[in-house]
Amino acid sequence: MGKRRNDIIMLGFSLVLFALLQGAISAKLIGSFWTLNLTLIGINIILAVSLNLINGYTGQFSLGHAGFMAVGAYVGVVLTTNFHVPFIIALLAGGAAAGVLGCLIGLPTLRLRGDYLAIATLGLGEIIRIVIMNIEYVGGAAGFKGIPHHTNFAWVFFVMLFTLFFIKNFVNSAHGRACIAIRENEIAAEAMGVNTTKYKVTAFTLGAAFAGVAGGLFAHCFYLISPNSFTFMQSFNYLIMVVLGGLGSITGSIAGAFFVTFISAALANWPEFRMIIFALMLILLMFYRPQGLFGYIELTNFKIFDKIFRRKEARQ
Amino acid sequence: MSGELLRATNVSQVFGGLKAVSDFNFYINKGELVGLIGPNGAGKTTAFNLFTGVYTPTEGEIIFGGKSIVGLKPYQITERGIARTFQNIRLFSELSVIDNVKIAYHSRVKCGLFESVFRLGRYFAEEKKIADEGRKLLKIFKLEDKINETAKNLPYGAQRRLEIARALATKPKLLLLDEPAAGMNPQETNELMEMIRWIRDEFSLTILLIEHDMSLVMGICQRIYVLEYGAVIATGTPTEIQNNPDVIKAYLGTEE
Repeated sequence: MGKRRNDIIMLGFSLVLFALLQGAISAKLIGSFWTLNLTLIGINIILAVSLNLINGYTGQFSLGHAGFMAVGAYVGVVLTTNFHVPFIIALLAGGAAAGVLGCLIGLPTLRLRGDYLAIATLGLGEIIRIVIMNIEYVGGAAGFKGIPHHTNFAWVFFVMLFTLFFIKNFVNSAHGRACIAIRENEIAAEAMGVNTTKYKVTAFTLGAAFAGVAGGLFAHCFYLISPNSFTFMQSFNYLIMVVLGGLGSITGSIAGAFFVTFISAALANWPEFRMIIFALMLILLMFYRPQGLFGYIELTNFKIFDKIFRRKEARQ
Repeated sequence: MSGELLRATNVSQVFGGLKAVSDFNFYINKGELVGLIGPNGAGKTTAFNLFTGVYTPTEGEIIFGGKSIVGLKPYQITERGIARTFQNIRLFSELSVIDNVKIAYHSRVKCGLFESVFRLGRYFAEEKKIADEGRKLLKIFKLEDKINETAKNLPYGAQRRLEIARALATKPKLLLLDEPAAGMNPQETNELMEMIRWIRDEFSLTILLIEHDMSLVMGICQRIYVLEYGAVIATGTPTEIQNNPDVIKAYLGTEE
């Protein structure tokens, strides 16, 4: 069972990485600024990977991710702040709410293709934001204040790990293959017995649900959230991460999220440079590597892994 | 070799002002190998699209295995046992050869979403079964040494074979082949003819094919339908068709 062994190895690596980072944070080797940014990297990985499920694997070009994130964030903060619900339940509820909304929105909009779907989802993301802005109960345009600071690095890391596990296994199952078939050729997928509507909506719902959970984690990093944290510029940011890493590669999304968040943080004092750098990066990428840094490749199917372990097995 | 598998009665398909298929009457018996020929634009592929649910007929009835399939979605018709290949190859071109075939097993996968994600119960057994069956199928089509290659990198003939293999992976009762020999040289066409006959017997299939290559159609089809301007102008055995004056007129024009 090579696949299972790979999973265990990756889990081991992740736990070691977590121990190192958490140790460094506890020992104050990493300051509060970079701790916050490590947390944000984790959250952005969840968002990029879940967006990749919709855009990269299923091939449905969605630009509404910030909207689903907002739903998860607001449902989460209302539950923890006003109803003192445990954090985990607030996160799950936020994810569920975003997922239900994703399903409801997905059913009509996923009939659209390509640019039309992109425009529709962009509009829906904005509608969600404007609606929140006009709900007095959650603070309207001024934002929601007094959020308890629940999110820490450990929470984000393990939710991220679960997201990666879930989405990786999903895309490698028959259900994921159905989604990928839709991306490759929708007519052929339908002719091969794939219920394309069902799988488009499934991918959209799952992606939205994980965005909702990420929204909950994001909101509990701060004392205040406002609808302006979830503009379509945010959706673009996640799209940049996904495209940079490679549509259809989880490893790519991780790298993209890490890279974009890291650059943003490093250039925090020169925000105008940031946009120039991203724009340049995207232009160069489209010229020299339009499939993204990783294309369809995953870290786990690099030959080097196989080679190392095969040699060991041969020796035994 | 008995019993009717598919019957179309007075089927018409209208696109705006154009009658792509009009009053189309057709039947195919179990185990038969039937050809559908006609000049370009005669409505042959439209007929395929009607049988597979890509279009819902404007009028008429299509019965498959005793039940109406009018109004069903293409994936539901695939589940009932009609599979097809495409005139312009439609493989999942960025995926590997084996993944192309694995996708076709889709409607028979019993693992739920939860089971698949958490790798519980049947997941591994089922994945292994799909992979084994897929590999066996690819072996028949001489693609076993290419299973990990990306589909778009295969030579043309191999892509055509992969499309047939993928269609067979859905375990169809009726196989529709849309110009399987297009772009093949005479030797490849001969091999394909042998293969079509062989798979019909091996998988006890019923096959309907569209083809412009007359040596192939006349060589293997038991019955032939000739379409022109959306209407059937002749049916019969290859010899009858070859001598039918209407067919000669449709293909070669009249003597002035």
